[in-house]
Amino acid sequence: MLSLVLFLPLFGAFALLLVNKSSEKTIKYGALAVTLATFLLSLPLFGAYEAGGASLFQLEESADWIPSLGIRYAVAVDGISLLLVLLVNFLMPIVVVGSVKTITRRHRDFYVLILLLQSFMLGAFMARDLFLFYMFWELMVVPMYFIIGVWGGKPRIYAAMKFFIYTLFGSLPMLVAVIYLFMKLKHQAAGDPGAVASYSLDALAGLSLTLKEQWLCFLAFGLSFAVKVPMFPFHTWLPDAHTEAPTPGSVVLAGVLLKMGGYGFLRFAIPMFPNAVEQAAPVIYFLATFGIVYAALVALIQTDVKRLVAYSSVSHMGLVVLGIFALNGDGIRGSVYQMLAHGLTTGGLFLLVGMIYERRHTREFSQYGGIAKRMPIFATFFIIITLGSVGMPGLNGFVGEFLIFMGTFRVSPFTAIIAVTGVVFGAWYMLATVRKIFFGQITRDENRNLRDIDGREIALLCPLVLMIVLMGVAPGPFIAKMEPSVKAIVETYQSAIGK
Amino acid sequence: METVVFLIPLFLLLGAASLGLLALLKTRGLKVPDRLVGYLAISGPVLAFLCSFALFRNVGHDRFVADGWNWVLAGDSWVPVRFMVDQLTCVMLLVVTGIGTLIHVYSTGYMKGDGGYIRFFSFLNLFMFFMLVLVLADNFLMLFVGWEGVGLCSYLLIGFWYDRMFTATMSTAQAGMKAFIVNRIGDAGFVLGMLLIYRTAGTLSFHELRQFVAANPEVFLEGSGFFGVSLATAIGLLLLLGATGKSAQIPLFVWLPDAMAGPTPVSALIHAATMVTAGVYVVGRMNFLFALSPTAMIVVSTIGALTAFFAGTIAMTQNDIKKVLAYSTVSQLGYMFVAVGLGAVSVAVFHLVTHAFFKACLFLGSGSVIHAMHHEQDMRKMGGLRKKMPITCATMTVSAIAMAGIPPLSGFFSKDEILWKAFDNDLGHGWFLWILGMAAAFCTAIYMGRLIFMTFAGSCRADEHTKAHLHESPRSMTGVLTVLAIGAALVGFLNVPHFLGGHGAFSAFVDHAVNPEVHAHHEAKFAAEASLAVMSVMVAVVGLLVAWRFYVKDPTLPAQVVDKHQDIYELVHDKYRVDEFYDRSVTQPLVRLAEGTLFKVIDRKLIDDTINGLAGVFRWLGARLASTQTGAARTYVAVMIVGLLLVILSLFT
Repeated sequence: MLSLVLFLPLFGAFALLLVNKSSEKTIKYGALAVTLATFLLSLPLFGAYEAGGASLFQLEESADWIPSLGIRYAVAVDGISLLLVLLVNFLMPIVVVGSVKTITRRHRDFYVLILLLQSFMLGAFMARDLFLFYMFWELMVVPMYFIIGVWGGKPRIYAAMKFFIYTLFGSLPMLVAVIYLFMKLKHQAAGDPGAVASYSLDALAGLSLTLKEQWLCFLAFGLSFAVKVPMFPFHTWLPDAHTEAPTPGSVVLAGVLLKMGGYGFLRFAIPMFPNAVEQAAPVIYFLATFGIVYAALVALIQTDVKRLVAYSSVSHMGLVVLGIFALNGDGIRGSVYQMLAHGLTTGGLFLLVGMIYERRHTREFSQYGGIAKRMPIFATFFIIITLGSVGMPGLNGFVGEFLIFMGTFRVSPFTAIIAVTGVVFGAWYMLATVRKIFFGQITRDENRNLRDIDGREIALLCPLVLMIVLMGVAPGPFIAKMEPSVKAIVETYQSAIGK
Repeated sequence: METVVFLIPLFLLLGAASLGLLALLKTRGLKVPDRLVGYLAISGPVLAFLCSFALFRNVGHDRFVADGWNWVLAGDSWVPVRFMVDQLTCVMLLVVTGIGTLIHVYSTGYMKGDGGYIRFFSFLNLFMFFMLVLVLADNFLMLFVGWEGVGLCSYLLIGFWYDRMFTATMSTAQAGMKAFIVNRIGDAGFVLGMLLIYRTAGTLSFHELRQFVAANPEVFLEGSGFFGVSLATAIGLLLLLGATGKSAQIPLFVWLPDAMAGPTPVSALIHAATMVTAGVYVVGRMNFLFALSPTAMIVVSTIGALTAFFAGTIAMTQNDIKKVLAYSTVSQLGYMFVAVGLGAVSVAVFHLVTHAFFKACLFLGSGSVIHAMHHEQDMRKMGGLRKKMPITCATMTVSAIAMAGIPPLSGFFSKDEILWKAFDNDLGHGWFLWILGMAAAFCTAIYMGRLIFMTFAGSCRADEHTKAHLHESPRSMTGVLTVLAIGAALVGFLNVPHFLGGHGAFSAFVDHAVNPEVHAHHEAKFAAEASLAVMSVMVAVVGLLVAWRFYVKDPTLPAQVVDKHQDIYELVHDKYRVDEFYDRSVTQPLVRLAEGTLFKVIDRKLIDDTINGLAGVFRWLGARLASTQTGAARTYVAVMIVGLLLVILSLFT
């Protein structure tokens, strides 16, 4: 089941390669059919995963892959990865439909890359083998690089390069650490005839590392995750990447790719290097909190809508990191929830910005103003999604935010005070955005004949808004799914550090 | 009854949603008759009012709890979606749905012909939905849903005419944003207060918190519970910060006067009768917690008294009729804070009720005037309207006298009770509160007299065109004004104090919810109470007489006084320049910091230059590997897929 979901987009990509590249329609509908099928196939997973079942990781599928190196193909999901898998598959059909008008050349290449990206992301969330994870983690960067570099805006090469270098800079140390862990495990297993060296995460979890080893590995893994989140001060690739990426690229980037960082911390860093995490937590706390306020303030003065949303992402993801490193149930639960919520709201915001960009080919605030008159439906969607993003209670952003505050407050009230302040700025810059785009008089002639969004665009936004509301009003089912995993992470951590 | 509880907000939610949908469909060409919209808009509030009344009739000495579903898992327990109705809730429900219904009816006339007619009612219904959630909430998280929701609707409705300017330098959209942001600052305090409560008591439910506090008062009294103060004080002050935002008290009152950018019914409903009282409501709800902290109590009552006084002085100098009422609202809310700060919750709530009547009437009356004057709001251009607008004039005059505190109209009973509590308590700063309260009462009488005289007395100062078109408003508007004026005159009798031979029935009812343990004991201070009452009535009468002398008898007097005290007048007229102070000391430095230091130095210079330096190294390397870079995406994709195929193939070998 999981493998089917994982490989369906990949096979779809191959199938698209067989289609004549000039038959645009077939390609588009084909891509849509694949992503929709993947989504529908993954829906039963939600029911199939039993929260509180005998084992945390379920629906496991595995096979030997490179036995000589102990590398296995092993996939499974727990509550956290299940939700992230669903997030990916929920967003991808929207991304495909959202690309239809934005992508005007090299259609086939584009949709092939998108489908590849989907498989890689799913793989990273499902992998139960460290090597497999690393492979997907690295592979993911490649389609993204091309999406930005080929279909991006004018300085796209600079942005793509920056994205690539940052990520590379982040993940090479991780590779070293991955290999080191493997060797270490092999070494430990040498004395025990029954044991096999492997990259299996279960085996690695049993590895006993000295504090120094933990620290080095944590730094190697952590850097990579921190770049992806992105955490201050490793965030400057994001505004450039977002600004230059085509709309679908931005949606995937904000919607899913950034979550890899948070997921990495939760799945690898905390369980494998708990003692290093314990010592590093205050520093990360500081950086995350600083980042929340910092990015919010910087967002405040941006003149480019996309850049503003990008900085708001940095601010929100700082909140996610803060929650994770609160290292308690509330914080981690909140962070996972915030990742899901942020994926929907920020993904939605980028879609919205894309819609208006298609009409006016500019993202400068100064080019807009008063367009609520011309585009009332668009304005309505924009405001609802914005409210989700600034944490209006009753919408999805609030739940995660509040839980993160609760988790943080337990650990350090002072940090919570700063983080809560950051959220005030969040409302400030987002509402200023709304005001500058939609309110006031129409001052530019180009805006006088803007047409409101059409059926296709409304159809894109409706599922997003529906989920934003649903996850705000009834977060229960989602929280219930992730709860055993959250508990397990906290308990493992606490027993490791001897609390 | 539990079902009824859920129906109350549901009616409004359905109304808001269906109207919202209609508004969007209308942009696509759907024709919707105004009449239908009007009926649809009014039906929600009316049904909610009927349900609220049923609850009120049945609540007795009891409380209703209605359970929904599990909402958020906090710690180890779920915070439920749960509503609770006790006596305090009943009062709030009746005010919100009762006044809400009237204002909806009024708006069907007032907003007629506006392009955003449907949108307006959709927002107004949505506002009532959130306000009802706020007062029905059984826990802090639910309350916060309503709390933020009403703030949102306030924002949407202040900026309702989003393409207009409010003043020369501020658009309505900016005014709306200001309201939202200033409220958010208060909300930060509110959220932190919730967090601290949860950390301390492990619950966010009002009822459970109350039991916890009753069982473990010592937890909240310890000296350095939170940054050096006791937990009761810390929680109290954090919640107070939220309350000062929503209820427009010092230091966060600055948004309310600008909220007048919204249509007048909005000012009446949201920015006078209901939403702005939410802060009072919360502090009242948490009375059992505030009672543990004399510090918090003193801060609450002092803030209230200072706000009442300063806002009162500003109100005397404003020329925009709605601005006068706005500052007057700030001032009256100050009175309510004095009362809750003294633990006299039922008294505060009583003033809340009377204020809802007379202030709603005054706002709607001013709307009627503005309507007739072709959107002129400057009182210097009015005058003499009593002839053309007799109903508006009569109803507003009744309400103004009620607010000034002339017996037996409602304002007398509620305000006098507050002043008495300020005088007669053992917090030690009662004399201070009483003096400020009396001074504010004097201001109240003056600015109310001034408003009535400038608008309705003398001869009309408007231009000929406006004069020719002066007219009384339609029945939907005057009818509502009449009902409200009758209310403003009579609701005082619900709570006739003991020294006047009454039983304080209203207070007794509300006390079931907020002070069930305390049975009012009435010491024989009737003589003192009576003499204070005489003094406050005298102050009101003198104030009205001063206004009469200044604005009817000798209209040149104000200018003379202003000439003599130019500096003071300008300071007060400019609202003590608090806005300018905030702008200079908070807003601008933040923007400068963001632009100058954070973005340009840290982001661009420090971080980016480092990375670009690294990139330079890579580029140098890249130049040596350039032959593999064809630049054709197709090639890259092909290479990648071949690589992938190899990897997958190896899986099966």
